[in-house]
Amino acid sequence: MKRLIDCNKGEKVKVLKLDANYDLKQRLISFGIMKNAQIQVLEQAPRKKTIEVKVGKMRIALRAEEAGLIEVETI
Amino acid sequence: MNEDIKTCPIIANHIKVALVGQPNVGKSMLINSVSNAHLHVGNFSGVTVDKTEVLFDYKEYHFTVVDLPGTYAFTDYTIEERVTRDYLCAENYDIIINVIDSTNLEKNLQLTAELFTMSKKMVIALNMNDEAQKEGIEVNAEYMSELLNIPCIKVSAAQKTGIEELINTVVTVHEKPKQEPKLIFSEAVEEETENIVSYLTKHKYQARNSYRNIAMNLLKENKRTYAKLHDEPIWTELQPILIESSKHIELHHDTDDIKEAFAEEYASFNRGIVAEVVKQKVVQKEVKTLTEKIDSILIHPIYGIPIFLFLMWGLFQLTFVLGAVPMDWINSFFGWLGDAVGATITNDDMHSLIVDGLISGVGAVVLFTPNIIILFVGIALLESTGYMSRVAFLLDGFFHKFGLHGQSFIPLVTGFGCSIPAYMSARILKNDRDRLLTLFIISFMSCGARLPVYVLFAGAFFSEAIAGNVLFIIYISGAMLGLIAAKVLKMTAFKGADEPFVMEMPKYRLPSVKLIWHTVLSKTLLYLKKAGTFIAGAAMLIWFLSNYPHNQELQKSYALKIEQAKTATQKTKLNDKLANINLENSYLGRVGKFSEPIFQPLGLDWKMAVALEAGIAAKEVVVSTLGVLYSLGDSVNETNNSLKEIIRKNIPFASAVAFIVVIMIYLPCFAASIVFTREAGGIKYFFYMFAFTSIAAYVMAFLAYHITLLLGY
Ligand SMILES: Nc1nc2c(ncn2[C@@H]2O[C@H](COP(=O)(O)OP(=O)(O)OP(=O)(O)O)[C@@H](O)[C@H]2O)c(=O)[nH]1
Ligand SMILES: [Mg+2]
Repeated sequence: MKRLIDCNKGEKVKVLKLDANYDLKQRLISFGIMKNAQIQVLEQAPRKKTIEVKVGKMRIALRAEEAGLIEVETI
Repeated sequence: MNEDIKTCPIIANHIKVALVGQPNVGKSMLINSVSNAHLHVGNFSGVTVDKTEVLFDYKEYHFTVVDLPGTYAFTDYTIEERVTRDYLCAENYDIIINVIDSTNLEKNLQLTAELFTMSKKMVIALNMNDEAQKEGIEVNAEYMSELLNIPCIKVSAAQKTGIEELINTVVTVHEKPKQEPKLIFSEAVEEETENIVSYLTKHKYQARNSYRNIAMNLLKENKRTYAKLHDEPIWTELQPILIESSKHIELHHDTDDIKEAFAEEYASFNRGIVAEVVKQKVVQKEVKTLTEKIDSILIHPIYGIPIFLFLMWGLFQLTFVLGAVPMDWINSFFGWLGDAVGATITNDDMHSLIVDGLISGVGAVVLFTPNIIILFVGIALLESTGYMSRVAFLLDGFFHKFGLHGQSFIPLVTGFGCSIPAYMSARILKNDRDRLLTLFIISFMSCGARLPVYVLFAGAFFSEAIAGNVLFIIYISGAMLGLIAAKVLKMTAFKGADEPFVMEMPKYRLPSVKLIWHTVLSKTLLYLKKAGTFIAGAAMLIWFLSNYPHNQELQKSYALKIEQAKTATQKTKLNDKLANINLENSYLGRVGKFSEPIFQPLGLDWKMAVALEAGIAAKEVVVSTLGVLYSLGDSVNETNNSLKEIIRKNIPFASAVAFIVVIMIYLPCFAASIVFTREAGGIKYFFYMFAFTSIAAYVMAFLAYHITLLLGY
C-alpha cells in the first residue's frame, strides 16, 4: 500500500483514504486533501522531514508523519 | 429579535457587516480599501487573529465592518478560528461578506457552502480579480450569482476596483428580504433532506431557521441543532428517521463518517460551480508557475537554510551600516538641542532636569530610530512576500527536534518586532501545549525595543566593520537559547504528543511600496510617540530619583574643598567625586546599592542594575536610563562624549557581555507581560514566566561573565 510520503518529487497521485484522526482529517479535507483528490509532490525538505504538495491550485506543507497517513495510488 | 431595535432613527441606517473568508484571501486589505483603516495585512495564513471593528460612512449609511480571522472550515481547529465561529453564531450582525480568492475558487467555496447554514444575508466578494486576470482566469460573476442565488461581485482590494459596487450591493441586499441560497446535493442527500423537511412541516415545528437548513444541520450532526431539538417532543420520532438517513448517505459515499460524506458533497457541488463559471485561458500544461520556480530555490533541501541565514545576516549588517549614517545626525541634533535649550535655562535644577533628564533620555531612544526602521522593513518584507511560510517549512524539521511546531516560527519572528503581537499570533497554533510553549519562548526573541541596547553596546566595543556581525550573533544566540529553553520545557512542563503540521503555502507576492511604507511608518510613529511620552516621563522620573534627596552638608563641604583646590584637574576630580557621591546617595542610588549584591556576581554595577530594573517598565527605558545615569555622573567633563564612548570607558567588557545576556533573556516589558498573562490564561503563568526567565537570565549571565573573564577579556 502506497502512502504520500513514499512518493518522489514531481510524482502525481490520487488519494484513496485518510487514516488520520478526526481533527486532522477535517483539516486535511478543508485543504482539499480528500478521497479522489489529485496530489502532486513539489518539494521535499532534507530526509523528507517535511514535504510540499500541490492540491488543485493550493500548495500545502505537510510533515512526514502526516503524509504517512494518506493512502494514495499512482495515476 | 433585533427587528424592533431598528425602529430607532439613529441606528436605522446602520449596517453591520461580518467579513468572513478563508485565510489570506484579502479580508483585512479589503477593509483597508473601503475605509481609512490600516489593519495588519500580510501574505500568510493567520495574520488577523482577533476580531476588529472598523466604522465608516457611505452615502446615508453607517457601516460597521468586522474583520474576522480567516478560517478554512468551521471545525474549531485553532483559537482564532473559534473566534470567527463564535462571532458568527452568537453575535448580532446584518450581513455576511464572504471574501473569496478568485484564483482558487474551488477551495474557497468549501467555506461558502458552510456559511449558508448560518442563514444570514450574504454577498460574495470575488477578490484578487487583478491576479485572476493576470493568470488568465475568467470568472463569470453574473452566472455565479444566479447559480448560488447570492450576489457575487468582482473586486480587487489591492487595485481598489469594484469596491463601490460591492458596497452598493451590500446596501441593496440589506434592504431586501433574505434570499435562500441555492445549494444542490446528490440525490441521496436531497432525498433525505426532503424526508426530514416534510416531517418538520407535518408537525408544524416552530423555528426561525428554514426547515431545509435545520434538516441539513441535523444530517451534518451539528451539535447546536441537535441540542436544540433534543429537548423537543418530536425528537423521539425524529431520531430513528435521522439514523436511517445518515446510514443511507454514508452508504452512498462508501464511508462511515458523515462529515467526510458531506465534505465530498460540498466538493462536488463546488466543482460543478467552478466548471460552469470559470474559464481558464488555455495555458500550456506542465509549466511550473513562478511560485513553484522560486520555491525550488528558496526551499531547496540544501541551499534553503543557508539562504535564509544569509538574508538574516544581511539585514543586521544593513541595520548597522545603513543605520549609522542618520544616527550621527540625530546624535549631533540632540547634542545641539541640549546646548541650545540648556543655555536658556538659568536655574541649575531645571537645567539638569531638561538637559540631563529629558533630552538625554529621549535622545538616547530616538537615536536608534534608523535601526528600528530597518528592522521593521525587514519584518514587513518577510511578512508580505510569502517567504514567512517558507521559512516555517524549512525550519519545521529543526524546530521539531526542540519540541516546537514549525508554525511557531510565525509568532517567533513577529517577536523580533514586538512581543505583544507575537503573543497574540501564537493563537495560530492549534494545540494549547504548543501555544504555551511558544508563548514562553517568545521572550527569547529580542524585540525591537531591545535593539538599541545591542546597537549601543556592539558599537561601543567593536569596530564598525564587525559590529553588524556581532548584532547577528546576538540575535542568533538569543534564538538558540530560546530553542534550548523550548527543549527543556518540552521535556519537563509541556510533555506530550506532537501536533500535526499542515500549512498552506501562499503564492509569492510583490508587496506594494505603499503597503510596506504604511506598515513601517505606523510602527515607527508608535516608537517615536512612546519616546516622546512614556519614555520622556520615565527619563524625568529617573532623573528625579537620581538627583534627590540633596545632601546639603556634603554639598557645602565639597564646595569649600573645590574652592581651595589649586589646579584645574584637582577641581575636576573633586567635582566628579561629588557628582558620584550625590548619585550614590540618591533614591535611585540607594535602590541600586540595595540590589547590587544580587548583580555583583554577574559583574554588573549598580547603574547597570538600575537600568535593567527600569527596563521592566519598557525596554527602551534601558538606554534612556543609562543615558541619564551616565550623563549625570559625568557631568563635568561633558566634552561632547556620546553615550557610546562613556560606556566604553566605564564598563568592563565582561560586564557588558553579562548585561547583554540579561537583556536577551529576562522578563519582557510590563505591557507585554500583561498580554502574555491574558493569552496564557492565568496569573500563575506570569509567575512561571517570571521565575523561568529570571533564573535563566541569571544563570546564563553568570556563565557568560565568568567565561569572558577566563578568556582574558
Ligand atoms: N494582487 C492582489 N493581492 C491582494 C489582494 N487582496 C489582498 N492581497 C494580498 O493578499 C495577502 C493577504 O491579505 P490580507 O488582507 O492579510 O488577508 P486576510 O484575508 O486578512 O488574511 P488573514 O487575516 O490571515 O485571514 C496580502 O499579501 C495582500 O497584499 C488583491 O485584490 N489583489
Ligand atoms: Mg486579516
